[in-house]
Amino acid sequence: MATAVAARGRPVAAATDRARGRGWSALTFAGILLLLLAVWEGVKFLGGVPWRTPGAVPGDPVLWNPPFRWPFANDLNLPHVWNIVLAFTQPFQRGAEATLAEYLLGAALYTWREAAIGFMLGGFLGLALATVFVHSRLLERALVPYVIASQTVPIIALAPLIAFVMGQSVLTVVLIATYLTFFPVTIAMIRGLRSFDPRAMELMRSYAASRWQIYRKLRLPASLPYLFTALRISATASIVGAIIGEDAGGIQAGLGRVITTFNQYYITGPEKLWAAIIAAALLGIAFFLVIRAIEIAVLRGQPGAEGG
Amino acid sequence: MASQVEAPVVRLSDVEKVFTRGDEAATTALEAIDLDIRRGEFVSLIGPSGCGKSTLLRVIGDLIQPTRGEVVVNGKPASQARRERDYGMVFQAPVLMDWRTVQDNVRLPLEILGRPTAQRTARAREMLELVELGDFLEHYPYQLSGGMQQRVAIARALSFEPAILLMDEPFGALDEMTRERMNSEVLRIWERTGTTIVFVTHSIPEAVFLSSRVVVMSPRPGRITRVVEIDLPRPRNEDSRETPRYFQLVTEVREALRMRGDRPADDEAIGDVPSVDRTMAEGAVG
Amino acid sequence: MSLVSGAGAARTRRRGPAAGFARRGRRLLFYLPAVVVFVAAIVAWEVVVTALGLRTFVLPKPSAIVAALVANWSDPRFGLATSARATLVEAVGGLAIGTLAGVLVAFATSRWVTARGVLLPIAVAANAVPIVAFAPLMNNWFGVLSPLSKMMMAAVLVFFPVMANVTRGLVQVEPAALELMRSYGASEWTVVRKVRIPNALPYFFTALKLATTLSLIGAIVGEYFGGSSLVLGRIIVQSASALRFDVTWAAILLGAAAGIVLYLAVVGLERVFIPWHASVRSSEP
Repeated sequence: MATAVAARGRPVAAATDRARGRGWSALTFAGILLLLLAVWEGVKFLGGVPWRTPGAVPGDPVLWNPPFRWPFANDLNLPHVWNIVLAFTQPFQRGAEATLAEYLLGAALYTWREAAIGFMLGGFLGLALATVFVHSRLLERALVPYVIASQTVPIIALAPLIAFVMGQSVLTVVLIATYLTFFPVTIAMIRGLRSFDPRAMELMRSYAASRWQIYRKLRLPASLPYLFTALRISATASIVGAIIGEDAGGIQAGLGRVITTFNQYYITGPEKLWAAIIAAALLGIAFFLVIRAIEIAVLRGQPGAEGG
Repeated sequence: MASQVEAPVVRLSDVEKVFTRGDEAATTALEAIDLDIRRGEFVSLIGPSGCGKSTLLRVIGDLIQPTRGEVVVNGKPASQARRERDYGMVFQAPVLMDWRTVQDNVRLPLEILGRPTAQRTARAREMLELVELGDFLEHYPYQLSGGMQQRVAIARALSFEPAILLMDEPFGALDEMTRERMNSEVLRIWERTGTTIVFVTHSIPEAVFLSSRVVVMSPRPGRITRVVEIDLPRPRNEDSRETPRYFQLVTEVREALRMRGDRPADDEAIGDVPSVDRTMAEGAVG
Repeated sequence: MSLVSGAGAARTRRRGPAAGFARRGRRLLFYLPAVVVFVAAIVAWEVVVTALGLRTFVLPKPSAIVAALVANWSDPRFGLATSARATLVEAVGGLAIGTLAGVLVAFATSRWVTARGVLLPIAVAANAVPIVAFAPLMNNWFGVLSPLSKMMMAAVLVFFPVMANVTRGLVQVEPAALELMRSYGASEWTVVRKVRIPNALPYFFTALKLATTLSLIGAIVGEYFGGSSLVLGRIIVQSASALRFDVTWAAILLGAAAGIVLYLAVVGLERVFIPWHASVRSSEP
């Protein structure tokens, strides 16, 4: 009875708890980020190379001379945080007009477009496959093992082949993003489309509802929480696919290409590679948050809408 | 509760439990609880949902600390009694460890108590024979039916010979037929082991059939409204359920419950003392 | 299959040898459609490519792929055996490092509520980050020629799902089981040993199955960004650019085989360690 007593008046309390929890996790997250930066600079303070003002050239006055010289903490392996921040505001290459931030934003939008197309294709493919599988046990048994096996083939191994067949086109990237996206959706929706209340199914049967009506009015609504859980995973997966695919597909734009390029010129500008990686991380998080926002809007008031 | 020669196994004096959760208004789950339980007694706590009967059981078992009042078990504080392993607990769900065989589940408390291996095996076997599951030692919980799982839980609770068995709606999830069979089984075990049992239930027939005393509770705040002595002759069996005295006692408990349970909205308005008086009066007539 | 079926566990009471045969028969029947599809696809592929005389070099016949696999097994240019071994070592090393780190952090996380509040948001954020973007950094940090840089890439990919799942398994214990242990006056360490760890095992194995694929992806992505050329990732790129697609497919086949072997190894461990769990039981149709 303890639980019963404690549970009274719970919904209100749970809602405020959740709001407080969300505020808390945002705060802790900011705290962790600061801590990480502090550790980063702390390591450089102890074992980096002599500190100079941001953007300084050799010969400028030394601000601080660290007591140790750890190879992993030199400016090549671990650039100063402020130099990375500064890099965002500098031209992305010598003589260029656009700053690195603008350049990366453009690249990120390009990559996101590829990823979003792949994401949608993959989402529909996943939904279609799951729909077929929940209606036919035979096809499920015949094909689902291969859906699972398809993911044990490291997709990036296929990238050069797809690139050859499709040519150096965005289609290659989209296909790779689709390949990575459909799997979580298929698997989750095979479960989701079967997650209806069996009593509701009996009710639908008693109305002599058609398969299509049952699908529209029962299976699909019941599966929404599963769908969104899968889409959140797929959002990240599609970005991963696009980044890998740009390199393999020989696309001359996008974050994947930028990361490859900056990696080649790492010695002359490690900050730029860091900046590109940060841009990729932000893009992934942004896409994730967009899907999460849609999820919260669609599932409002439904059980399963909460929790990450 | 007349004078007794032997000290009670459980003595609750003026126990109160208030739950506070965040900035919510506090809920009084238990108020002014006085109760003595004698050695070898079978006491049922009965009442509607939210009356605090499970909370009371957990207060006795030192799983919840009371806000006020004293819980003395075998002459010592409840927390000491728990540490000295005076309690066996059975919950509504069997709470078996999925990863242990039936036999290993019954052994679990003996492992924690550090009993020698040979004794663990012998004791687990003996207890499973007692609940008539001697043929299922090596089975996993998922291979058993709900009733069988609950019998394993009972065997586990009895395995280390606790002074008191605390049972929290142990048969609440079972169907009526299985429940009645389990009732007879518990009575048989109780008669053979002589363990003191505190039993939470919301089934009136179950409480009357099993108990030596039925403690009737009311919600908001959780209080004891009546204690009904069950003087059905022992040993009891299925035929006991058909005697006129049984029906009389069932009616008596039902009326004791109805005095409060049907009108939760009036609780505050009526107040506690008069309603208890009325219950007492009617009970006396019945 | 465990990912999908999950439906009603067979409540078998006692299994005689006859029941064993029947079960094996049912299992064969259950996988029959999948086997039929496999055989049919291979045959159709071979027949269509031969009959229509297609440009076979992008999609060579299965027999040609097998031939390439044999011919290049210990070839000096496309050393498939050496490459497969190198990639597998990177993946397994990363799997071990990432799993160990994930489990250790999960224990710390589950033990301290504050640690949980701090680490779980990171895990959620890390899930949304395309971690493969870090591959060039790993190469710069741990040496582009060293297999360690590839292992670390795989380890980072493996770490987060393992940590998040094991934490969940250690924390999401039935409250009644904790009450039961408390009623026995069990110590916190006993509770961890007898309840939390066994409870976390199924979560651990779920994460590990996911991690097998991730570790291979991590290793191959790391290879793409530079390093030794006798690894599967480089062989695939080089053979494709040399238009030797039979070798490309043979290398992909090896990569897939490595993935399946690792996955099946985890399934095998699962059967040994958690025979009582639904995911294992329900894979017996």
